Amino acid sequence: MTEKFIHTPSAHCETGTVSNLLRSYGLEISEPMVFGLGSGMTFAYLKQIKINGLPLIAYRMPPKMIIKLLTWRISGLKFHYETFRNADKGMLALDEKLSQGNAVGLQTSVFFLPYFPQAMRFHFNAHNLVAYGKENNEYKISDPVFSHLVTTTADDLQRARFSKGALAPKGLMYYPSEVPESIDYDTVIPKSIRFMAKMNGRWNPVPFSGIKGMRLLAKNIARFDKTDQHYAQLFMGHIVRMQEEIGTGGAGFRFIYAAFLQESANLLDSSFLHERSTEMTHIGDEWRDFAVLCARLSKKRKGQEYSDAAKQLNKIADMELDFYQRLSKFKK
Amino acid sequence: MKKDKTPQQPHEMYEGESKGVYTVNAEGKYELSRTTGWEPETIALSQALEEIDRLTQQALIKVQQGLGSTLEYYMYAQRMDLAMLAVAVGKYQWQVKRHFKPANFEKLSQQQIEEYAAVLGIDAITLKTIPND
Repeated sequence: MTEKFIHTPSAHCETGTVSNLLRSYGLEISEPMVFGLGSGMTFAYLKQIKINGLPLIAYRMPPKMIIKLLTWRISGLKFHYETFRNADKGMLALDEKLSQGNAVGLQTSVFFLPYFPQAMRFHFNAHNLVAYGKENNEYKISDPVFSHLVTTTADDLQRARFSKGALAPKGLMYYPSEVPESIDYDTVIPKSIRFMAKMNGRWNPVPFSGIKGMRLLAKNIARFDKTDQHYAQLFMGHIVRMQEEIGTGGAGFRFIYAAFLQESANLLDSSFLHERSTEMTHIGDEWRDFAVLCARLSKKRKGQEYSDAAKQLNKIADMELDFYQRLSKFKK
Repeated sequence: MKKDKTPQQPHEMYEGESKGVYTVNAEGKYELSRTTGWEPETIALSQALEEIDRLTQQALIKVQQGLGSTLEYYMYAQRMDLAMLAVAVGKYQWQVKRHFKPANFEKLSQQQIEEYAAVLGIDAITLKTIPND
C-alpha cells in the first residue's frame, strides 16, 4: 500500500486527510463529499475564545466533528482513534502501523512542521495529514493542503504530534477500521443536507452560530468606528485569514459545499440541487467580496467604511437564510 | 468563482507553494484549482506577522532595559501569546506573567525552563540568552 498511496491534493486538511485515507482503504469518496456528508459548513463567532487576542471566527464545524458525523451517517464505516500519553510509544505505534503497509491519519501542530513556509507556521494544533511510509528516520507524508508529497524527520513529527496547548493533538492517530463497499447516497445526502440547513438557518437556537453569528459579527463591525483603530484593523485582517487562509477551499468553505451540492445533484439526478449549487457559488462570490472589503479596511484605505463591510455581511446572511430555508426540508 | 478568475498573485511569503481552491470550469463543473496567492490574503497575513514583530520588538526593548525577561521576548518571537503559552505549560496566566519579570525568571528551576523551552520550540540555553540586535 505504501507504494500505491495516491496523494490527491485538497483544499482543507481534515476533509482531505479523510478522503485520501478512505481512498487508500478502498472507498472512493471525494473531499467535497466528505465535507458535505459530515455537514461541515457553518459559521460561528465566539467572542470568548481568543487567538492572539482576537475572537474565534469559524466557517466550519469544530475539528473532528466532520469525521464523527461522517461515520455516524455512513453505515459500515468505522474509524479507530488512538491518543498517547507517552510520545515514544506514540511514535512506535505509528511505525508499527506503517510497517504493516497501512496509511495513518495524524493530528499535528502546524508550527513544528518545517515543510510549511515560515510565514504560515502558526500554533494551530488541529492540522491533519496522512503518514504513509518511513525510510531512514524520515516519514513520508501526504499533507492534503500541499500539491506535492513531503517528508519530515522523526524529531519534527514527534514535536508536531505532541505539541501542547489548546486542541493539543496528544499524538492522535486514526485510520478506518471498517469500510463499507458503497455508500447509500439516496438516504445520506438528504439527511446531511437537512442537518446542515437546520443547524445554520431559522431554527438554530445558538445565538453566535449560523445566520445569527453572521449578524452578530456584522453588528460588531458596524461599531468599529468607535473602538481602538489598531485593534479594529487587526480584527478585519483576522477575518480574512480565518475565511481564506487556513485551507478553506475559498470563501470560508462555501465553494467546497457548492462542489458537494453539484456532485450530489449528479448522484441523485436532482435539478433542484444543481440550482442550489449555483446559488451557493454566488453566495461564495459574495464572501470573496466581503474579504476584499475587510482587507481594505485592515489597511485603512480611504473610501472604505466599516458600515460597508457590515452591510455586505448582512446581505450574505440574508442570502444564506434563503438558501438554508430551501434546503431544510430537502427530500430526494 | 470561475476557474479562469482564480487569483494568481504570488508572494515570497508562500515560498513558491500554492493551495487548492474549488472553482467552476468552462463546462460549469466544479474542480480543484491551484492559486499562488490572493492580495487580500497576503495583506492579512503580512499584517498578522507585522503585529507579532511589533510585540517581539517591544519585548526586546524591555529585556534590554532590564524590565522584562527573555521568556516574554521568545514567547512573541515564537508566535505565541500569554493565553496560548499558559495553556501549553498548564499554568494560570498570572503565573506565567510573573515569569516575565527578570528577577522571577532567574529563580526558575532548570525543569521549568526546559518546559517553557519545549513548548516554544527552542532549547533551554537559547531561552535564557538575550538576543542581540
